Amino acid sequence: MSLEHSRPRARSHPDPTAPPILEPGHLDALWLQVTGTLCNLRCGHCFISCGPDNRALGLLSIEDVRRRLEESVGLGVREYYVTGGEPFLHPGIVDILTLALSYGPTTVLTNGTLLKPRHVELLAAAAAGRFSLEFRISIDGPDPASNDGLRGEGSFERAMEGFDLLVSFGFLPIVTVVRTWETEADPEVYRRIVAMLRERGCEKPRVKTMPALRIGAEAQRSGGYAADERVVSGMLDDYDLDQLVCAHARVVTDHGIWVCPILLDAPDGNLGDDLTVAARAPFALSHAACHTCWLHGAICSNPGVVAPETPFATAGAAT
Amino acid sequence: MIRISARRVAIFGGVYSNHLALEATLADAAAAGADEAICLGDLGAFGPHPDRACEIVRQAGIAVVQGNYDHSLGHGLPDCRCGYTDPRDNRFAALSYRYTYARTAPTHRAWMRDLPPAIRLSLDGCETLLCHGSPRRANEFLWESSTSDAFLAWLLDTSDAAALCVSHTGLPWTRELPPGRRVVNVGAIGRPANDGDPRVVYAILTAAPEGGAPGVEWRRVAYDHSALASEMREEGLPEEFAETIETGWWTTCLEVLPQKERARGRY
Repeated sequence: MSLEHSRPRARSHPDPTAPPILEPGHLDALWLQVTGTLCNLRCGHCFISCGPDNRALGLLSIEDVRRRLEESVGLGVREYYVTGGEPFLHPGIVDILTLALSYGPTTVLTNGTLLKPRHVELLAAAAAGRFSLEFRISIDGPDPASNDGLRGEGSFERAMEGFDLLVSFGFLPIVTVVRTWETEADPEVYRRIVAMLRERGCEKPRVKTMPALRIGAEAQRSGGYAADERVVSGMLDDYDLDQLVCAHARVVTDHGIWVCPILLDAPDGNLGDDLTVAARAPFALSHAACHTCWLHGAICSNPGVVAPETPFATAGAAT
Repeated sequence: MIRISARRVAIFGGVYSNHLALEATLADAAAAGADEAICLGDLGAFGPHPDRACEIVRQAGIAVVQGNYDHSLGHGLPDCRCGYTDPRDNRFAALSYRYTYARTAPTHRAWMRDLPPAIRLSLDGCETLLCHGSPRRANEFLWESSTSDAFLAWLLDTSDAAALCVSHTGLPWTRELPPGRRVVNVGAIGRPANDGDPRVVYAILTAAPEGGAPGVEWRRVAYDHSALASEMREEGLPEEFAETIETGWWTTCLEVLPQKERARGRY
């Protein structure tokens, strides 16, 4: 396949109110939903309603993971994201991350509350190779008051203990924060989180802010999406399709391959069991959460992986 | 598509208006016996007096690939599209872009607009693709620690090339891939490589031995970095930029670095 044919494309629908269809580009990122929907926390803003008793999606075995990693080589996958649920509920998580790192750069998305010194010591050894092992730790504010209401009593301190442990082994975790405040407060919240991380002794604080996805538990909390918050035909004209997660990613679950890490409750998100076919499968952007992805872009990937289309709020330099 | 044939080629990127490092690099390449010199883009940014680097490159008749900065300046876009995601990084990038845009002559901007996004090099028969970020996107970062072998092999396959040279990240690295293939990120000559050494880096690519991958000679170039830092201060550019030139440690544009690359730096 030529480079030109590996670019994502959008097909508009004659009906202007219908969702456009995205034909994906090259598969850059393979997500591994290693603990399905199982999580030790029950966050009020979770977009899949993960929790201690949600077994809608189950654990991936290390053999499942190995098979998908092998398949991914032929597809030219660039990087791996390991997620759940809470990945550190998986009894084989250290082996999974070590294995993934032997194929390429790997990111694990965790709430940080279950990290044990033995895990981190083994992972620091595994991460001494060529590729980066990135930890993304989710918190929801700079202190327990802003975090624990969403993530559960005591969860802030437990997450930050995990953060401290990682830092002590030389990792530079990316603190990932879901925006549950007004956008205007972004600079202030960001400043406070960076200050908090520095106070804990982290000399290189890294922070990623994500928009809230008003589906799953978050739909109950914030009221979900308005009827006109949808991607419709025409909205992908002159749009940088690389910004859409589904243009370059797929998710491996124990129930098949999913279109993106967000729509795991959507039946049409399941693209079957064949990764090669699923990687090329077109998808109608009919879901309300697609609107958030369209609006913000690159919401799931690490900073620097996809260049934002218009990074400056202060436009007009060239005028 | 521009095509160049050579056996020993100096390839540098990320000039970032560092006209003193550019002069030193060209002198070094000539002394090292390179039979061509090629620039992988981003003439402006970060440094002082952007027209000076443009004039040196144009007078020397060096082939230039269009970087994201050249594209933005050439098309009068409101920002550099460097791909930063962090508010502090973007604040510095905006300062730098406004300064550079205002001081780049319209004739140079028009020239930048028409630069090619890629150049094909035949390195004694070895097909080599030269571009700024990646073959598919000028502002795609190819960092050493966040790019799998499988992905690099795919880029080479889809580009019909046995070797690929890029820049954009500012950090040099290379990887050999079977059979006889190679990817090189030549780094940048506009600012040091975030390792505490104020010298800058470029690569000389050499023709492959029978059945092997093209060779890479890394060149570290010393230049009068103190003079450049003085010029930056006189121009009112941020002190953080001058510090990087003097110390060899990056002070900005750090939030896009992967774990390994970030851990190696001072900040």
